[in-house]
Amino acid sequence: MDRALSDYAMRLGDDSLILGQRLSEWCGHAPMLELDLSLANIGLDLVGQATHFLMLAGDADRLAFHRDVLDFKNCLLVEQPNGDFAQTIARQFLFSNWQELQLRELSGSANETLASIAAKAVKEVSYHARFANEWVVRLGDGTDESRARMVQALEWMWRFGDELFDVDAQLDPLIAERIAVDPRELRAEWEARVTKTLAQATLDVPVPRRGARGGRMGHHSEHLGHLLATMQFLPRAYPGTVW
Amino acid sequence: MKAHVLQVLAHVPDPEVPCLSVVDLGIVRDVTADAVVITPTYTGCPATLVIEQSIRAELDRAGYAHLGIKTVLSPPWTTDWISDEGHEKLRAFGIAPPHHSAREEDAICPRCTSTHTEMISRFGSTPCKALHRCLACGEPFDKFKCH
Repeated sequence: MDRALSDYAMRLGDDSLILGQRLSEWCGHAPMLELDLSLANIGLDLVGQATHFLMLAGDADRLAFHRDVLDFKNCLLVEQPNGDFAQTIARQFLFSNWQELQLRELSGSANETLASIAAKAVKEVSYHARFANEWVVRLGDGTDESRARMVQALEWMWRFGDELFDVDAQLDPLIAERIAVDPRELRAEWEARVTKTLAQATLDVPVPRRGARGGRMGHHSEHLGHLLATMQFLPRAYPGTVW
Repeated sequence: MKAHVLQVLAHVPDPEVPCLSVVDLGIVRDVTADAVVITPTYTGCPATLVIEQSIRAELDRAGYAHLGIKTVLSPPWTTDWISDEGHEKLRAFGIAPPHHSAREEDAICPRCTSTHTEMISRFGSTPCKALHRCLACGEPFDKFKCH
């Protein structure tokens, strides 16, 4: 397996895996039953996508359960804590709208496996984006309390948006070969989508601030280690165990 | 052989929607000389593994131990592949079958056929279903999401 392709598949897989694991933390704790089902279902889709991407990158189980923090390549946005429900929605809102565009473009990738995973996953993710958009509107254009929380949540999550559009030396050759998506080309459409939903929610676009970056290179926030400790406990404590 | 294999697989129920067989559901895509070709509904559907095991068992029982099972992702599964018979079975089971409508929120109550319904939740008990309620007869019901 070509190292560059494997790394790229890992970036895609890690984004989905880490957000899927984060969302699973809501299981049994969401504000109401329907949301419990929704968040768990979105998490399930993401873990399913991660499985396919990580199978392309190598041994999916080994990659998920036996890598340490520095080897994960997910963006910083997905590892941010759930916070309150508004914070979870803000994270989903920024991510799903980006992921939908990314997968739509990736379904035309020169790599057939990436293209087929993306074509399948984009159908699921467009549903996630709709769910998140609806809740941004409902909370933003809701009560004083829900609005204040939504504003605060967007303020917190906004700094992690820039990283989604970064390219680096590892990505450049894959973009040139039409294997990887050039994320810079997604920015204008993403901003238009996000701005439109915020307008429906009667919310202002948060003021730009210095973007937090580094996830793709393994420079993560402290939160990822805690997440991995939970996710990886069983296979690490009982290596080779089966269900 | 292909027709007979499909007949055999028509007895393999979907574990989450057992009124449908894997053939009704459209996840059996082809039968070749050496394999049954299947495709998952949703990437994370936990039933995928159970389905594969059930197909394996049924093939072995019918004397097709030499046939392998091949999973493909492309083209991606769509609810358009659910057979007409499958639609009828879903309705009889109390699940509104997928139908293309102007608004995703629209549904037809599988109990009383009223179109006066509301969507309670975009996500239901399995990835493939949404929760609705009939405003005519009051019955809550699942709808197979158009996918």
